Amino acid sequence: MMAGGSALGSALGAQDAELLTVAEDVCRRARKAGADDADVLIGAGTEFSVTVRKQEVENIVEASSRALGLRVIKDGRVAVSYSSDFTPDALARFVEEAVERAEISDVDEAAGLPDEGYGQVDPASLDLFDPDIEDMDGDRAIDLARRCEQAAFDHDPRITNSGGASYGYNTGSRVLVNTRGFAGASRGSGCSISVEVMADDAEGKKRNDYWYTADRFFRNLESPEEVGRKAAERAVRKIGAGKVPTREVPVVWDPMVSRTLVGLLARAASGELLYRRSTFLLDLEGQPIASRLLNIVDDPLMPGKLGSRSFDGEGLISVRNELFREGTFVRFLLDTYTARKTDRRSTHSAVRGVGGTPSVGTSNLIMLPGPSTPEEIIASVDDGLYLTELLGFGDNITTGDFSRGAGGLWIEHGKLTYPVTEINVSGNLKDMMRDLEMVGNDLDFRSATVAPTLKMAKLMISGL
Amino acid sequence: MAKQPQLQDYSAAAARALFRTRYGIDERALSELLDVALSRGGDYADLYFEHRQTSSISFEESKVKTASGGITQGLGVRVLAGDSTGYAYTENLSMESMRQAAATAAKICDRRDRVGPVNVAEAATPDRYHIDKPSIEIPSAEKLSIIHRADEAARAYDPSITRVNVSFVEEVKHVLVATSDGRLSADFQPMLRFNVQCLSEVGSSRQTAVDGGGGRLGMEYFVEHPPEAVAREAARQAVTLQKGVEAPAGYIPVVLGAGESGILLHEAVGHGLEADFNRKKTSNYSDRIGQPVASELCTVIDDGTIDHSRGTINVDDEGNVAKKNVLIADGVLQGYLQDRISARHFGVAPSGNGRRESFRNYPMPRMTNTYMLPGESTPDDIVRSVKKGLYAKAFSGGQVNISNGDFVFSVTEGYLIEDGQVTHPVKNVNIIGNGPDTLSKVTMVANDFKLSDGRWTCGKDGQSVPVGVGMPTVLVSGITVGGTKQ
Repeated sequence: MMAGGSALGSALGAQDAELLTVAEDVCRRARKAGADDADVLIGAGTEFSVTVRKQEVENIVEASSRALGLRVIKDGRVAVSYSSDFTPDALARFVEEAVERAEISDVDEAAGLPDEGYGQVDPASLDLFDPDIEDMDGDRAIDLARRCEQAAFDHDPRITNSGGASYGYNTGSRVLVNTRGFAGASRGSGCSISVEVMADDAEGKKRNDYWYTADRFFRNLESPEEVGRKAAERAVRKIGAGKVPTREVPVVWDPMVSRTLVGLLARAASGELLYRRSTFLLDLEGQPIASRLLNIVDDPLMPGKLGSRSFDGEGLISVRNELFREGTFVRFLLDTYTARKTDRRSTHSAVRGVGGTPSVGTSNLIMLPGPSTPEEIIASVDDGLYLTELLGFGDNITTGDFSRGAGGLWIEHGKLTYPVTEINVSGNLKDMMRDLEMVGNDLDFRSATVAPTLKMAKLMISGL
Repeated sequence: MAKQPQLQDYSAAAARALFRTRYGIDERALSELLDVALSRGGDYADLYFEHRQTSSISFEESKVKTASGGITQGLGVRVLAGDSTGYAYTENLSMESMRQAAATAAKICDRRDRVGPVNVAEAATPDRYHIDKPSIEIPSAEKLSIIHRADEAARAYDPSITRVNVSFVEEVKHVLVATSDGRLSADFQPMLRFNVQCLSEVGSSRQTAVDGGGGRLGMEYFVEHPPEAVAREAARQAVTLQKGVEAPAGYIPVVLGAGESGILLHEAVGHGLEADFNRKKTSNYSDRIGQPVASELCTVIDDGTIDHSRGTINVDDEGNVAKKNVLIADGVLQGYLQDRISARHFGVAPSGNGRRESFRNYPMPRMTNTYMLPGESTPDDIVRSVKKGLYAKAFSGGQVNISNGDFVFSVTEGYLIEDGQVTHPVKNVNIIGNGPDTLSKVTMVANDFKLSDGRWTCGKDGQSVPVGVGMPTVLVSGITVGGTKQ
């Protein structure tokens, strides 16, 4: 009954095997205590990070932690309890309390474990864990961070200050066991180098920016010097930034902000907002509502990528899902609960934190690249904005209204010119998707949500 | 219902007793751990013990969908060597595991000279949120009744209200801080938060709105704030948004209603005045103490002492007593919000603002309750003085870039002002400004101070802490509104 069980056993480390045993034990106890169904999620991890500032060590953080979450379903009522105390006595009490807690809830017919679709992609094939990542000591980490920061200072004399440069890594095990026979475990890692620097500007203002490199594998990180140089470049190009007049213009989105857009569209396509009728994508499945250049997928199966995973938050086997194909809105992302609420099938899109119930989320969320280069896209704009940053959270997913603080560079006759700040960009996501005129070929996977450079025909810029 | 041993009272003494009786953390253990922390040199070390119990009820479609909760506990050890921090934490409160965490944090230092044993003495703490019983000890039937009352009131408010979500979230934290200065501080920290979200549907037009509140209180919160009132407020806002016209785009006068608009202060100056940014000179308020940074009408305070408020603390998470700190007086910058490292750097006394999200994090300067003092005008005078502008009444949050001072906050209930009258509601819209510039344009301040009901959470560097905000009605003579209509 354990999908993927035998392939799993041989690949497990000793820690994961121990956690599986604990999770299986808690599941059994839950049944004995009266639960009809239960699942147990254990998250266990380590973290290590170093920050230097002006070449002095500012902090070093090192720790490991673990926590366990138990979801019980009894008579159609759901409760979730969490704990970080794994001693047998504590767990026994914990399970009793969890089952009792379910009595507070009301009966919910849609609640409960999935009936089908369980499985896990062999974690080894997904390249989630770097076995060399823990081969790092404080001095080496400090050196990486120092080099990164120094490269930023060396790159331009106008860089006069630093918010700090960091190196950090984390490792984590994720174990899920349920009363339907699913038992899955996988281990992942991640590391990054980052730096934030400042240049002085008029009136006491500082122009800051940052850059970073991130990957599951240490060997795939960009060099600290490259990260430092890029942060410095991005900061100095903001010197002299000011507001611009209020009007509607074409806007080119830098990849650091186009990924925000993709995240919003995925949120609008979530099953939770669907059954709550709180999304502007309601009733639009299968409709060609966007530019044909818009293609968005959620793909947990890409080896080595930050968002990859072998099973979803309910133990369903990871699958790739298309959200938008050539401008047609293909599907909502669903977990088991939202699928039942909306008469659909789960798209295996559950995510789950130890202390909560499953909800809908994304893995590697990608706007697929298009035919244009970023240079071509910028060159196509006679008078408009190159958007590089967004500030705030003024989005209304129910209506599609979009409004965020912004900054960037003005484009004149196809060239990047003066920096712009303290402006707001606004529009409606429905219009914005249709107004997508160009999509770049520049995808880079330093995040789980990624998108290329893109051009939107028009957005309202509020300034002076 | 819980089978955990019940505590006799809910106070600093109870917190002290919990760690002593349940985990054996007595004065000797504290002294030993501090000794290990300073075993490689180091100027200072502190131990932050936390036991945190949460409980929440999530209610939708007129039923309780999930009841959840749990307990975490742990120790965070911090060692300072000059301005460098070593930090480690553990969830395992066995002596062996705690010694290990202390040894790990000590690695920030590389000297071998030991400082010698440290003895701690308990310091008296204020009692700003004394409660008879935390809500987490109250049987769930009472809470379910509150939730049902909210659900019914929201649905009864208007036939267009088709969906109502209610959440009831509670927490109690027992905290113990021991420092190598010899201080021992304990605190018992309750927190309650109650939220209602409504969806209004008229044909194909759908709008959502949220309202809520809470604080460091028990069920007595609902005496002053009946659940029906919270529910009707969320429903009213959702219905009002149905009539929302496009918000203006451009640089116009904005009247901020009393209470929640304190977010303006939180973003415009609050973060920029956190001392770590100013110590590092990365804030646009660096080196500006004694200079005007706002109009003369502005006196801005960060106050950790307001009884029962969400942002209030008896002691901060470095063991220093919380205070009322005047940040800006009549427009002139007075000082920053300090943590221990920054206070030492600036040569001032700690201000009681060293806070952390949990034992897994080291502390940094954070706000508590941030507000502006009332002035002389009346709210009506202020609205009447505006020919064409925006009246902003309810908000959902904001964000700031402390280096350049640009900040935004989002308006969830706003109205056009036309010829001195509040007229049409507008759709949700963002306001974007720049700290010192915007505050210099506060040209009228009313006499109607209001502290926002407790629902705000501040994020900084990946750490969330609960905060409060407050404001009187004010006029900002010019600020950019990010609407869609020129």
